[in-house]
Amino acid sequence: MQPAISIQQLTKSYASGHHALKGIDLDIQKGEIFALLGPNGAGKTTLISIVCGIVNPGGGKVSVDGHDILDDYRLARAKIGLVPQELFNDAFESVWATVKFSRGLFGKGPNPAYLEKLLRDLSLWEKREARIFELSGGMKRRVMIAKALSHEPDILFLDEPTAGVDVELRRDMWEMVRGLRERGVTIILTTHYIEEAEEMADRIGVISKGEIILVEDKAVLMDKLGKKQLRLILQRPLQSIPPALDAYALELSADGNELVYTFDAQRQHTGIAELLRHLGEHGIDFKDLQSSQSSLEDIFVNLVRGRA
Amino acid sequence: MNFYAIRAIYLFELARTWRTLMQSIATPVISTSLYFVVFGSAIGSSMVQIHGIDYAAFIVPGLVMLALLTESISNAAFGIYMPKYSGTIYEVLSAPISSFEIVVGYVGAAATKSVILGLIIMLTARLFVTFEIEHPLWMLLFLVLTAVTFSLFGFIVGIWADGWEKLQIVPALIVTPLTFLGGSFYSISMLPPVWQKITLFNPVVYLISAFRWCFYGVSDVNVAVSLGMTLLFLGGCLAIVFWMFKTGYRLKS
Repeated sequence: MQPAISIQQLTKSYASGHHALKGIDLDIQKGEIFALLGPNGAGKTTLISIVCGIVNPGGGKVSVDGHDILDDYRLARAKIGLVPQELFNDAFESVWATVKFSRGLFGKGPNPAYLEKLLRDLSLWEKREARIFELSGGMKRRVMIAKALSHEPDILFLDEPTAGVDVELRRDMWEMVRGLRERGVTIILTTHYIEEAEEMADRIGVISKGEIILVEDKAVLMDKLGKKQLRLILQRPLQSIPPALDAYALELSADGNELVYTFDAQRQHTGIAELLRHLGEHGIDFKDLQSSQSSLEDIFVNLVRGRA
Repeated sequence: MNFYAIRAIYLFELARTWRTLMQSIATPVISTSLYFVVFGSAIGSSMVQIHGIDYAAFIVPGLVMLALLTESISNAAFGIYMPKYSGTIYEVLSAPISSFEIVVGYVGAAATKSVILGLIIMLTARLFVTFEIEHPLWMLLFLVLTAVTFSLFGFIVGIWADGWEKLQIVPALIVTPLTFLGGSFYSISMLPPVWQKITLFNPVVYLISAFRWCFYGVSDVNVAVSLGMTLLFLGGCLAIVFWMFKTGYRLKS
């Protein structure tokens, strides 16, 4: 199946000399929720801005549903809705006027019924005649979402959607994202909150210093997360692991001083008690033990630091 | 063509005019009326005729042009500067529209507003002075052409400006002097010979001269030359605008 978005060898340098993107390769599949995770300044917004046509690409190719973003910009852009990170608003316009404007701008004929439903879903209908500067921050963010969805896009970009957003709006937003996904809309969100990626995404990509350093199914990532390690510091160095303990798939450190047991923390039966008993039976004593779990955060921090 | 987009921009911009009706229409009408009271009625009554036209009537085309030029430039400049300043330009840049369509929307709205304003000022002038329009169709053509050309020029100013001050500088420091020195209040044949030559470098001279010809059938410069110069300026502005969009000058990094 044709990917919703295909990015090949995309680079971007700003006039300041800053290399924002260094050869990004990324395919976003139709209908998935993709979370782009990365620290501030990693290139998330630049990447989104290029796909949406707000920033000129440096080198490389980007296509949206098979349409090149430069050669077929009309077809490419018509498919995309963008909710930017900042609250950019026409302060003196009414909610209704600004949403109607957005729909027209993206080449769609008037459809008051659709816009009414959209505003109702976002709890904005009561405020449709209000001018935007009268609204609260959360309401303004809802207006941005309404604008992005006003032309019924197939692909929705949410740039840091929950930055500075209260709990209620956050919950509404996730509900809306799930609803959109059910209708087949592809969603790309950027965030630096790991829980957000964990909660929503089908796949997670990590970007750091302008490079994609990991793209993984969330399930696979979570599987890695579920693993725990028990580290035993031995009294005396061990030459080799007794064959009777093969079932535990233990790892022995090079100097023979440490034994590492990896187990699934999600399971009822972790096997730790038996292992310790077995070790005693084989005369392997330990002076200390520690268990650790790698969180997505650890993986993330290690990845990012590894590149630093 | 994305007609819905052109319409959306055009109506959105005109809606701003209706919302700010006082500033948009009343301000220029009042200031033009003041010119008529001071130069037309008070001073004009003791002035000699120019080209056989009463002084008060003589200055009508120039005053309409003065308002038309300044309003076209400031409307169009504000229209595109505002979204740049507030950040809402992101939406226009990400929309499936060509630069041509963007220009038609913004410049079309600014020019429409200026033409309406020009006609209102003429009606206002009629309250103070009696005048006939000899070539009404040519007058309309020049009115629209000038409004479009200078709205386009204002659009360039709006993209170029990176602060509110710059937005004011061009109309205040360039256009108003050029209009005053362009023969709004006198015929360039009244100038010393050297200045008659120098003044031909002022593009506004051609506009005012041609516009006055539409009213009274007399002009400082041949009308065909005026038309040619206006079209030349229009072409120049178009070229700059398309260069700006092509390179993303001050719009896209």
